[in-house]
Amino acid sequence: MSFKIDVKNLSLFYGDKQALFKVSLGLPKLQTTALIGPSGCGKSSFLRCLNRMNDSVPNIHIDGKVLLDGKDIYAPSVDVVELRSHVGMVFQKPNPFPRSIYENVAYGPRIHKLFKNKSALDDIVETSLTRAGLWEEIKDRLQQPATRLSGGQQQRLCIARAIAVSPEVILMDEPCSALDPIATAKIEELIDELREKFTIVIVTHNLQQAARVSQKTAFFHSGHIVEAGETGELFTMPKDERTQGYITGRYG
Amino acid sequence: MRSLWLEKTVRFFFFLCALSAVVISIGIGVTLLGEALRFFARVSIIDFLFGLTWAPHTLPSGEDVGFGAVPLFTGTILITLIAMAVGLPCGLMVAIYLSEYATPRMRNIFKPVLETLAGIPTLVYGFFAITTLAPFLRRVGEVFHLSLSTESALSAGIVMGIMVLPYMSSLCEDALHRLPNSLRECSIGLGATASETIIRVLLPAAFPSIMAAFLLSLSRAIGETMIVVMAAGLAANLTFNPLEAVTTVTVQIVSLLTGDQEFDNAKTLAAFGLGFVLFILTFFLNILALQGVKRHRRIYG
Ligand SMILES: Nc1ncnc2c1ncn2[C@@H]1O[C@H](COP(=O)(O)OP(=O)(O)O)[C@@H](O)[C@H]1O
Ligand SMILES: [Mg+2]
Repeated sequence: MSFKIDVKNLSLFYGDKQALFKVSLGLPKLQTTALIGPSGCGKSSFLRCLNRMNDSVPNIHIDGKVLLDGKDIYAPSVDVVELRSHVGMVFQKPNPFPRSIYENVAYGPRIHKLFKNKSALDDIVETSLTRAGLWEEIKDRLQQPATRLSGGQQQRLCIARAIAVSPEVILMDEPCSALDPIATAKIEELIDELREKFTIVIVTHNLQQAARVSQKTAFFHSGHIVEAGETGELFTMPKDERTQGYITGRYG
Repeated sequence: MRSLWLEKTVRFFFFLCALSAVVISIGIGVTLLGEALRFFARVSIIDFLFGLTWAPHTLPSGEDVGFGAVPLFTGTILITLIAMAVGLPCGLMVAIYLSEYATPRMRNIFKPVLETLAGIPTLVYGFFAITTLAPFLRRVGEVFHLSLSTESALSAGIVMGIMVLPYMSSLCEDALHRLPNSLRECSIGLGATASETIIRVLLPAAFPSIMAAFLLSLSRAIGETMIVVMAAGLAANLTFNPLEAVTTVTVQIVSLLTGDQEFDNAKTLAAFGLGFVLFILTFFLNILALQGVKRHRRIYG
């Protein structure tokens, strides 16, 4: 099994407080991995280590290795800006920039100078919006402010914005928790399609969602990974009783 | 029923408060207009707005001459421009530093210092201009064989820029700080550097508030009198040379109104004419800024 990202003995400290304890997890290439577990167990902290979004947190200390295609992303020679063009991120709250729809999607390509001329940029914008399942809905109003879109559309726009830089991995931190069920269903469908091109890691509170969209699931508890494995297996035959307790809704 | 009655009374009370603000503003406008009209009955509005000589006095024949306010307008514009050229960029950069780059410790040092700066009476700024800045500028000027008078638009403008800097920086800093952190994270997450995030995301997002800060600073600069009296002088020179002494509308209003107390001679009335021009000017500046903000909303939502 080849892992796109391989995390080895990752420990994370916020000052004196340890949030992750020697966590190891492999993320299979072109698959979706779901991270589940009660709030405060370290899912977001873990996810944010995968593209070094935690770097700017004051007093943070990180130990262990995160290998992207076998190379440690915490090695001193790594260019963080470039790393983030390979490992993109979608956040919990849809947060388009206060600019036009077009400019939102064009933002990443502009920063990383991924195009030669205006029509190449137009192409990137169109492809990304199409992949995010948004093109048909908004192709006539690309110049309108992105903030006027509905919540679900905004989140798909954020996904389009993330894939516009052609990342290999997309990290999603509870991307549907601010959305209604219909918008959620659309995003889930989208995640399933994106798996063809991208390796996806999704944090979710919604266990059905984890079961529906992921191939691999990791159960976090108090900064440890209690159990990780194939999604179907983990949900039907959990090995650890804490996992079983969580998925049968006894706590969390 | 008691609460309903109370509710109504309270609502009426707050309505009165709001109303009084409107009534007072209208009252000020009307008074100003009335006195200004009396003035324009004696001195033609054309001579006033376009006349190039400011030396107001009444001839023995009873004719009022020397009421050309153009030198005051140019002086005001010149000093304000210099002040804005100093205060705005510096204020904005200070704001960016404090909001985006400074560690909490640095913020705790810089913010109180800036607040103190905002609290210093402008008289002290004027003093600083005379005793420190003007001599310094003179010496620098000498190196380049330029002669600076002790009083110059340049030193008044620079000091005025220093005066508006704390307003500008503290308002802009608030505006930047209020932006949701998700905007920064998102931009950083897409691989943008801190400076790209500031220029492409944060500044556009904070634009309406920055515009408001700009306007407030501008009106403070236009209204500022003390610094000009001390550092730029009373001489109504018609010039755009920042090295010369100039005077401004507000300074002349003060000098017209001090001393002579009768409100029916042309000199006193001229103060209201000038005041009225300032009133109109700030009114249009506000409209302009609102327009800018509206346009921004259309583009950025
Ligand atoms: N920036 C931070 N500074 C200090 N503690 C933090 C920070 N972020 C998260 N934590 C703490 O780390 C633990 C894990 O948080 P998090 O990764 O957000 O959990 P989850 O996403 O699973 O709910 C929590 O106890 C939280 O309070
Ligand atoms: Mg979280």
